[in-house]
Amino acid sequence: MAYNFKETMNKPERLAPGHRMCAGCGGTIAVRNVLRGLHEGDKAVIGNATGCLEVSTFTYPYTSWEDSYIHNAFENAGATMSGVEGAYKALKRKGRLDGTYKFITFGGDGGTYDIGFQSLSGAMERNHDMVYVCYDNGAYMNTGIQRSSATPMYADTTTTPVGSESNGKPQNRKDLAAIIAAHDVPYVAQTTFVQNFKDLHIKSEKAIYTPGAAFLNIMAPCPRGWRYNTPDIIEICKLAVETCYWPLFEVVEGKWILNYEPKNKKPVEDFLKPQGRFKHLFKKENEYLLEEFQKEVDRRWEELLFRCSR
Amino acid sequence: MAADISKLGLKTKWQDLTEGMVIAGAGTSREFLTGEWSSVKPEFIEDKCKQCLLCVPVCPDSCIPVKDGKRAEFDYDHCKGCGICVKACPFGAITMEGVK
Amino acid sequence: MAKRDRLSGNEAVAIALRQINPDVFPAFPITPSTEIPQYFASFAANGQVDTEFIPVESEHSSMSAAIGASAAGARALTATSSCGLAYMWEELYIAASNRLPLALALVNRALSGPININCDHSDSMGARDSGWIQIYAENNQEAYDNMVQAFRISEHKDVRLPIMICQDGFITSHAVENIELLEDAEVKGFVGEYEPENYLLNPECPMAVGPYSVTDYYMEAKRNQAEGMKHVERVALDVAKEFAELSGREYGLFEAYRLEDADRAVVMIGSAAGTTKDAIDKLREKGEKVGLLKIRLFRPFPADAIAEALKHVKAVAIMDRAESYTNHGGPLGADVMSALFRARSTALAANIVYGLGGRDVRVEDMEQVFADLKTMIEQDDAGDTYRYMGVRE
Repeated sequence: MAYNFKETMNKPERLAPGHRMCAGCGGTIAVRNVLRGLHEGDKAVIGNATGCLEVSTFTYPYTSWEDSYIHNAFENAGATMSGVEGAYKALKRKGRLDGTYKFITFGGDGGTYDIGFQSLSGAMERNHDMVYVCYDNGAYMNTGIQRSSATPMYADTTTTPVGSESNGKPQNRKDLAAIIAAHDVPYVAQTTFVQNFKDLHIKSEKAIYTPGAAFLNIMAPCPRGWRYNTPDIIEICKLAVETCYWPLFEVVEGKWILNYEPKNKKPVEDFLKPQGRFKHLFKKENEYLLEEFQKEVDRRWEELLFRCSR
Repeated sequence: MAADISKLGLKTKWQDLTEGMVIAGAGTSREFLTGEWSSVKPEFIEDKCKQCLLCVPVCPDSCIPVKDGKRAEFDYDHCKGCGICVKACPFGAITMEGVK
Repeated sequence: MAKRDRLSGNEAVAIALRQINPDVFPAFPITPSTEIPQYFASFAANGQVDTEFIPVESEHSSMSAAIGASAAGARALTATSSCGLAYMWEELYIAASNRLPLALALVNRALSGPININCDHSDSMGARDSGWIQIYAENNQEAYDNMVQAFRISEHKDVRLPIMICQDGFITSHAVENIELLEDAEVKGFVGEYEPENYLLNPECPMAVGPYSVTDYYMEAKRNQAEGMKHVERVALDVAKEFAELSGREYGLFEAYRLEDADRAVVMIGSAAGTTKDAIDKLREKGEKVGLLKIRLFRPFPADAIAEALKHVKAVAIMDRAESYTNHGGPLGADVMSALFRARSTALAANIVYGLGGRDVRVEDMEQVFADLKTMIEQDDAGDTYRYMGVRE
């Protein structure tokens, strides 16, 4: 069925208000919109790695989830959902369960790129019929903005603080979407809050309804950790895409597809400038750091174009 | 059977907590009012609204209810006043102090 | 009708699992428990079970997936040993606090380091405070019988806690013994269908599991969890009684062997109890009043019943197949001595660490233990209450 924004917005809300995420959090924007990929009438079990989302959306006795929900621990959201999906298969086979359930797991970049990486890799490789959604805000925000392997180079975090001998995080971010694509799963996509969420809604539905394992990497800005003006989140996301810092792409059955190419690729400093975590890059003497950052964005963009042209 | 969370308050004895701390049921956080977190709130100017619904997906707090294809008044019991919706509206139908 | 067969402990447990036909079995291999999932995978491959067998990428994930499956409403279990159990640590506590009645077939093996694949109890002893029920076996028959009884105990509505069915690595897991198996239909009938109350895949009512709990709730949550443990002794005895009617084999919280009139006793867990029984038989022929208390249920710890069973002994040796580096003994020693103290026992007691990393225990070793107990009584002095047995020095 063709995508229709208004119909998508008219679907029942599957994340109830009353959760305790910060005002302006990108994480719950991601969750609400991913859940709009579910067809009405289909049931779901939602998994969740420990993190902001977990402690804020299921603080006893308040759950914000309209579907069944399981939080186990920080590092095992993939494995936990493997077991839930296994139970579904077994109970179906034994004739003890009717109806369709879909399985969606959310984790931040800490629980996904880092501590939960092995568990995620196992779940993806075994091709469980599930979607793993990383809401990537590029640091361990729940514990207070420590660097992760998703943190961009030069970001000022509490474990890579900028100082007289430090320009922030020395390393580039890990390309997790490509790593998961290398698991040969049927569907991988990267997106964020642009195009009035059309890209995110379509990819969520595809991920949920593609049989087998799917992975969605969603850039979900954190106003506290990134230090931008909270109401500007959608503008920040747009700049991430227009500068090619966060390209929109899919990998469908191993085929790389570029979903959007900016007409005029903007300089990455347009994306970095509104964010306090990159403030030091805009000092006169640090111009070379901006150049380095731009070089890395360009290199990754060219590589993506190459992958998508094959 | 869904748990009655009104019986699971801060004075509840250990005998009366749910086994394994599970909550049978859904969406019980509606009873936790995060609207108290801020005094500044967005204002919905219905006359200007064209019902494009572009404000709906940007809300982190599910505070713009949609019914029959139309958005309703803000859920002020839960709105934390982040101001993102103000920027999402192309018609100036949402205003908030401090957000332009 | 019971069938006699010659089986290793691993194979016996795997057969019990085939007969139980659980819903989900995630597993990762580790010596000496590897054969259990291996046998089971072949049962699944040949259509003898309709279990979802998930060969995961680590023990951490096998326990995580078992938790997910159990919360989803499935009867789930896994198997492991040693470092595999250590890797599951965090998950053990979560399974228990969620009140999930899943099972773990544990084949006891020494923890690293140095790395060693042979039997001691350091793995499960470390997990003794995790909120799991722990049941131990002396031989292959007991390992099989305990596995058949496991889910009946853990799924009982007054309990709803995970259960660890332990046997000694290699000594019982790999050694082949004659054992009696129940018929498949008998096991099926005995174990019954799993009927969870709240579960993720309940179409009637969704469920949320694994909350963040603020301080105002945490302590009440732990007390609530402890209540489940309080019912385990009664339920385990009820299940054992029913099992005895089916099999003719009787089980209690522990086995008292020639203990009734003994003035000297050994308390121990696992396969070395067989060796100790041989020593006791030899000494009894000489008229010596010696006996054994072999622990079956270690968690929860049936302290009152143990103190009662030991109330008449003059000296007791508590044998620990694990160190706990307290400088005064191992975990079983601590629990038994505290039980005796609370019962105002005046028995002399020593705690002996033995059998680490598969160190052999001979009949003569156990005869010596009883001889040492005799000396303690004669001198009215327990001497060194923290000793090693079988170590070169």
